[in-house]
Amino acid sequence: MGHLIAPGEGEDLLRTLAPQVLGALARRFGDFDICEDAVQEALLAAALQWPVDGLPANPRGWLTVVASRRRAEMWRSDSARRRREEASFAAAVPDVEPATDDSLTLLLLCCHPSLTPASQVALTLRAVGGLATAEIARALLVPETTVAQRISRAKQRIRASGARFQMPPDGERSARLTSVLQVLYLVFNEGSTASSGAHLHRVDLITEAIRITRQLHERLPDDGEVAGLLALMLLTDARRPARVAPDGALIPLADQDRALWDTAAIREGIDLITRALSSAPPGPFQLQAALAAVHDEAVRAEDTDWRQILGLYDLLRTIAPGAIVTLNRIVAVAMVHGATVALRELADSDDDPALAGNHRIDAVRAHLLEMAGDLDAARASYLVAARRTLSIPERRYLESRAARLGPPGPL
Amino acid sequence: MKYLILIYSNPESREIWNAFSRDQRAAGLRQYEALHESMVASGELIVSEALADSSLAKRVTSRDGQAIVTDGPYAEVKEYLAGFFLLECDSMERAVKQAARIPEAALGLVEVRPIMALDGWDI
Repeated sequence: MGHLIAPGEGEDLLRTLAPQVLGALARRFGDFDICEDAVQEALLAAALQWPVDGLPANPRGWLTVVASRRRAEMWRSDSARRRREEASFAAAVPDVEPATDDSLTLLLLCCHPSLTPASQVALTLRAVGGLATAEIARALLVPETTVAQRISRAKQRIRASGARFQMPPDGERSARLTSVLQVLYLVFNEGSTASSGAHLHRVDLITEAIRITRQLHERLPDDGEVAGLLALMLLTDARRPARVAPDGALIPLADQDRALWDTAAIREGIDLITRALSSAPPGPFQLQAALAAVHDEAVRAEDTDWRQILGLYDLLRTIAPGAIVTLNRIVAVAMVHGATVALRELADSDDDPALAGNHRIDAVRAHLLEMAGDLDAARASYLVAARRTLSIPERRYLESRAARLGPPGPL
Repeated sequence: MKYLILIYSNPESREIWNAFSRDQRAAGLRQYEALHESMVASGELIVSEALADSSLAKRVTSRDGQAIVTDGPYAEVKEYLAGFFLLECDSMERAVKQAARIPEAALGLVEVRPIMALDGWDI
């Protein structure tokens, strides 16, 4: 029995080992849903015992033995119909070496296309991230019972879909990997909220998303989109210390104190995206990472290379069109060609059904009108956008922009 | 995204309920129970409650640090909030679909409101 555990060390170790142990068990036994419950209980036991008894000499082996014992108990209590099979694996498995593909197989299974996005997120955080249900609930701002329900339903669905703990065939793998990246980005974005007071736990989601994406990148170093997503996360998260004022207000990119940006994360993100773009065909995450890199490279807001940003949005618009891309591109048009040209393009986009009812179209219009000097119209658009947004910090920001332009002038 | 589904009651809906036989009321409650269970099972339900009769409400007005309490809602109001479901759904369309399953939707007494979130957008 080994040394005492420093605070936080045991937790990190548990989160790293959780998917390895689950992967080994699921590969050995095949019943993913029961193995997942058993591993959760083994993690809980470790969290209670290790700080008291010290770290076991072989932590992964300890977890594997406890989890497989627990799994056997679950089967035993489950029902008599399985009694026949029981004898063959009631004995604890010795430490199983994790196979290289276990954690990737696990990730692909948790992001299975038969699951809703909310279930994919919950299951990934628990099975791959090693987070307890209560921690996931705190981070997602929903009750623990809701998360527990999503996880058990997700496991039922996986079982019902006939998916097995094995690598999908080559033809399917790329589409399945895309849905993994989307889930990880969703987790990251969930965490990228105003991080104050009651919502501090949401930062855990950013840490988890980056940690899992980093592991995925280590496993698939030549995949450009995996590298792109990791770079995008690092380059976005690098600005977090400057994004929110002490009073919780959102600070737009142009007004952020860039000295607060995390330069180490920016350097790593830029290295990653530079390497990815030089070796792989560019995908949406790589282009978004490249955009974030251009912003992060500017020492002052006025040094931003808007021409390069516009070029990247032109490219992104062709390979991954969408409402946000259209609107952000129009902002870049304004910075390169002026607000009048951009307002004309915005008027053309008004008919775009993808933008209908999106409050951001009003926010962008307000911004462009302000740039063009039409302050009354800008103020009105800021207020329309503020009424339509579903984000509290955004509403505050839009209202403050409107207020800054003063009361409406005489008509 | 979180959505609040509000269920109102009005004189018409109260009359329908009062005219129900015992069996009809039991069937109505079972329908609610089944709805509740299916929303739990889908992992979407966060909380749901039925509100006590509006005659038990207290209206609170604070003036100079003193609370002035009056009984019940304003007399002229005929439509009251009777209960709610707080759900987390993938979209407004999905929330509307769930709301349509509530019996009061047949009387136009159900409303869906999106909940504000804390997420921001890089501006």
